[in-house]
Amino acid sequence: MAKGKVVFNEDRCKGCELCTTVCPNKILTLDTKKINKLGYHPATVTNPEECIGCALCARMCPDCVIEVYRE
Amino acid sequence: MKPVFTRPRSLADVTTHYCPGCTHGIIHRLIAEAIDELDIAERTIGVAPVGCSVLAYNYFNVDFQEAAHGRAPAVATGIKRALPDSVVFTYQGDGDLASIGTAEIVHAANRGEAITVIYVNNAIYGMTGGQMAPTTLAGQKTTTSPYGRDVKLCGYPIRMAELLSTLVAPRYIARVAVNSPAHVQQAKRAIKRAFEVQVNDRGFALVEVLSTCPTNWGLPPKKALEWLEENMIPYYPLGEFKVPKEAE
Ligand SMILES: Cc1ncc(C[n+]2csc(CCOP(=O)(O)OP(=O)(O)O)c2C)c(N)n1
Ligand code: SF4
Repeated sequence: MAKGKVVFNEDRCKGCELCTTVCPNKILTLDTKKINKLGYHPATVTNPEECIGCALCARMCPDCVIEVYRE
Repeated sequence: MKPVFTRPRSLADVTTHYCPGCTHGIIHRLIAEAIDELDIAERTIGVAPVGCSVLAYNYFNVDFQEAAHGRAPAVATGIKRALPDSVVFTYQGDGDLASIGTAEIVHAANRGEAITVIYVNNAIYGMTGGQMAPTTLAGQKTTTSPYGRDVKLCGYPIRMAELLSTLVAPRYIARVAVNSPAHVQQAKRAIKRAFEVQVNDRGFALVEVLSTCPTNWGLPPKKALEWLEENMIPYYPLGEFKVPKEAE
């Protein structure tokens, strides 16, 4: 059972990858199959069940794309 | 599940014009968090600069005034003196504050105006296309120093936090960075403190924030975080240079 949950406001993402860089479990990546409203590949979570809800991704996101929830 | 991170109320729910990975966005969020936590949104007035953050007034749910290039501390002085119960902050780049606006910041600090200054040092002029700033590091390549900054010709990068700390009047002066989650947390505390000083002590407070400009540094955003760590922090040390007397 995942301890945390990340929710992306996809159309605000600029694909800068700062979140993927700081995630301690390396479960974030750019979704290269998608292009958002701004024209970028948005960030997404690969293994949601491994999220610990630490919110490091959200704190590094310059565009406030990510909301984080925890048990 | 309980929310552990959501958008601060004082940060407008809009897409910013900043480049991908530019840390201006993180600094905006930290200011909005501080305003929310101190519950001062209703009486806060921001002063926007000229530079990439010229449109900052679109990004906060508080009142704002635009200033001419470098003059934000003078405009903030006027607002604060006319409306002493307001909480007034300026948001300024290094071109804005340390070049064209050097006189305004030095004298506002020296007068001890009760304003909060958020000074974003990204070692370059971002908006105009990456020219050398007074803060550009020795040897750093920019469009106007294509062979690297020559200190014999252009002088040394200016350390505004230290320089302003020599003045008697300022109550709080700190330098922070936003290139890692730990540094972002420290930056948050310093920015909140700089607002608290205005609210409680009615004195001058400034936080210099080391920030990235991936576009004009010519680096991918994550490499820009490393470049800041390896090049800027050794020359621009982090820390609190002046703290209110009671807390010393
Ligand atoms: C009076 C005046 N002089 C020059 C300019 C050109 N200008 C616009 S922004 C800028 C520098 C911006 O650099 P900085 O303050 O470091 O902010 P950044 O864009 O890097 O965030 C300059 C020189 C101007 N707009 N007005
Ligand atoms: S030019 Fe530089 S400072 Fe300006 S928005 Fe882009 S990355 Fe940020």
